[in-house]
Amino acid sequence: MNVHALPLYATILIFLLAYAICIVQFPAMLSTRVIGNLLTDNAFLGIVAVGMTVVIISGGIDLSVGSVIAFSGVFIAVLLRDTGLHPAAVFALLLVVTTAFGAAMGGMIHVLAMPPFIVTLAGMFLARGAGYMLSIDSVPIDHPAYEAMQRAYYVMPGGGRLTLLGVVMLLSVGIGMIVLHRTRFGTNTYALGGGEATARLMGVAVGRTTMMVYAFSGFMAGLAGIAFSVYTSAGYPLATVGVELNAIAAVVIGGTLLAGGSGYMFGTLIGVLTMGLIQTYIVFDGSLSSWWTKIVIGALLLLFIMLQKGLLRLRVSA
Amino acid sequence: MLLSTRDLTKTFPGTKALDAVNFDLKAGEVHALLGENGAGKSTLVKCLTGAYRRDSGDILFDGRPVFPQSTLEAQAIGIGTVYQEVNLLPNLTVAENLTLGHQPRRFGMIRPRAMQALAEEMLQGYGIDIDVRRQLDSCSVAVQQIVAIARAVHLSGRVLILDEPTASLDAREVAMLFDVVRGLRDRGLGIIFISHFLDQVFEISDRLTVLRNGRHIATHPVADLDRMQLITAMLSHELQHTTSHRLQRSADTSGDAIRFTGVGRRGRIAPFDLTVRPGEVIGMAGLLRSGRTESAEVLFGAVSSDSGTVTDARGAVDLHNPRSAIAAGFGFAPEDRKTDGIVAELTVRENIILALQARQGWARPIRYAEQLRIADDYIARLDIRTPDAEKPVGLLSGGNQQKVILARWLATHPRFLILDEPTRGIDIGAHAEILRLIEEVVARGMSILVISSELDELVAVSHRVIVVRDRTHVAELTGADVDSDRILRAIADPHASAEVAA
Repeated sequence: MNVHALPLYATILIFLLAYAICIVQFPAMLSTRVIGNLLTDNAFLGIVAVGMTVVIISGGIDLSVGSVIAFSGVFIAVLLRDTGLHPAAVFALLLVVTTAFGAAMGGMIHVLAMPPFIVTLAGMFLARGAGYMLSIDSVPIDHPAYEAMQRAYYVMPGGGRLTLLGVVMLLSVGIGMIVLHRTRFGTNTYALGGGEATARLMGVAVGRTTMMVYAFSGFMAGLAGIAFSVYTSAGYPLATVGVELNAIAAVVIGGTLLAGGSGYMFGTLIGVLTMGLIQTYIVFDGSLSSWWTKIVIGALLLLFIMLQKGLLRLRVSA
Repeated sequence: MLLSTRDLTKTFPGTKALDAVNFDLKAGEVHALLGENGAGKSTLVKCLTGAYRRDSGDILFDGRPVFPQSTLEAQAIGIGTVYQEVNLLPNLTVAENLTLGHQPRRFGMIRPRAMQALAEEMLQGYGIDIDVRRQLDSCSVAVQQIVAIARAVHLSGRVLILDEPTASLDAREVAMLFDVVRGLRDRGLGIIFISHFLDQVFEISDRLTVLRNGRHIATHPVADLDRMQLITAMLSHELQHTTSHRLQRSADTSGDAIRFTGVGRRGRIAPFDLTVRPGEVIGMAGLLRSGRTESAEVLFGAVSSDSGTVTDARGAVDLHNPRSAIAAGFGFAPEDRKTDGIVAELTVRENIILALQARQGWARPIRYAEQLRIADDYIARLDIRTPDAEKPVGLLSGGNQQKVILARWLATHPRFLILDEPTRGIDIGAHAEILRLIEEVVARGMSILVISSELDELVAVSHRVIVVRDRTHVAELTGADVDSDRILRAIADPHASAEVAA
């Protein structure tokens, strides 16, 4: 009925189809263990993609998130090593820093009327550099709270582990859905993506919304950084290079229009899981090079961009 | 009085867009605002809606002075606007568009059902029955326009400004929109209606105000006016019975004429014939959107003709795009100088050299010294006021920008130059110089087609005047027949024009 939901349906269909193919070839993949690992292994990507979805729907892009995740890991590791702060306090401090960082980028994009691409590219180098300032080497994290977090899981029927990271990721998506679809901020985000000049004429506070969009993305990147540090038990400034591009890919495969104004948060979750599924398939196969992941993701992206072009044409001719 | 302006003045560099305009809007009337492009309609609207800040004068709302600084503030005062386009967000639903910024919430979360109920309530009385959950771009333009009106009325509620609301509607949709407008008028709103369609103005308005060159010309009840009087007020016509001073010197008929036979473009301009003789100035008169500019675009190949032939003494002339037209020795200075004419960031020199270089082909660049010589030559000859040839053209005044465009075409030594509103929005001095320049180049054998809303200007420079109405060339006046009254009659009245043409 709604042509704009079409990419979402396509995403879900492709995911189910891909999963079905996987199961036909490797029946073992139909197990809660695989699903649990899919959620855990892609937790940080899923969390950061939630922020990226909001940014892309607003008509922008955030290239800084990969570097912010790496910075977060180093920040946490160094603070835990050098100070007596509890991880909870360090996490809170980190989220304040990354949210403020995002808000600052959003403010610059609005005030200087600069393309988000350029401003967040600068942010990307800045965050990566800040990570190096804290430490050049990988800093291991050895804290009882970390062990507790890693061991916190719920055993699903079938033996799969629904880990804390997986739950945090699903919660992020849930919060993202509420923010995007049930708040004025969310509607304003769609409005920005639909047309900034019109949105302003209709009374949307464009500057504040832009700042909030990038602040939200910064917060999610910080949260993804925490998830990544729990996942790896270390902080390393060279980690997660290019993750921003994976996040963008997940958002687009999730059916969000790269030009902004149209998309669904749930689609992003499916996009992340689809990318994770390809990875899992390659692990199961054992003989394929992991670079095949990239090739399949590339093909999927192409498919979705063409689908979006077709939809745009539909909209123009309607 | 619901809304008034007193001595409202707004100046832009080089032009006075509004010159002490007094305008009154009563509650419960539809008040049409008329004038050609550049008359000041949109500047007036923008001052009322806070998009522009006025230089001086007052805006009175309910008798109290108001100072709207933005669309939002104007809305809060009670002035809502619906533009021709760009009103609403196509990617949101109808309900979201209607309620954006005031969605009903509980604990910070939007309540979708309450939002839909509010949207349905806002649409009540507009005679449209649609599912408000539909995405806006799946609705027809007329429905979108009505949704925009419903939003504007809900948010402001006293004054509604409709800026060309019918431009992209068909007849049935216009009727639907007018029903809505009448309903709002009867509810006591003051409605300002801007349109180029005179029939619609006569159909819907109670009173009308005509602006010209930023000045208030007249305000009348619609019942007191006929089309002739209205058009006379809209088009500049201050000197009675001016006749062409060119009568004595008829154009050279022997030379190498360009003959356009049956050229036209379906939906834009009906097929017409035109013979352009060397050393001749052809005027083209008509209201805005009557087909004047469309004719020029076909003549220049900017819009390729779908019928007819073009020939000159050497045979067929290829005019399938502007490049071929330039190669054939044509030039075209379009109406919208800022977007279609100058390249604001480039320097005076680069702008002047543009067409000449394009004709030569970019593979053979003109040497810098040569460029500078040509630019300096035209700066001197046309008296372009610029410190030097390297100043970005966007920093010059309107009149000087127009001269730069003329210089660009003169540098290519064209045989046929089309000038669409060459004197709009420029000061008196530059105006006279451009007219003088036209005479000068024509004396050297160039042919010129001038499109203008200033009838006196057309009468003064033209050998012949072609009148365009409803996308058709309806009359051609030559010799002693070229006078403003006859032109006006041909524009206004179908029967009169038949006589003139006969």
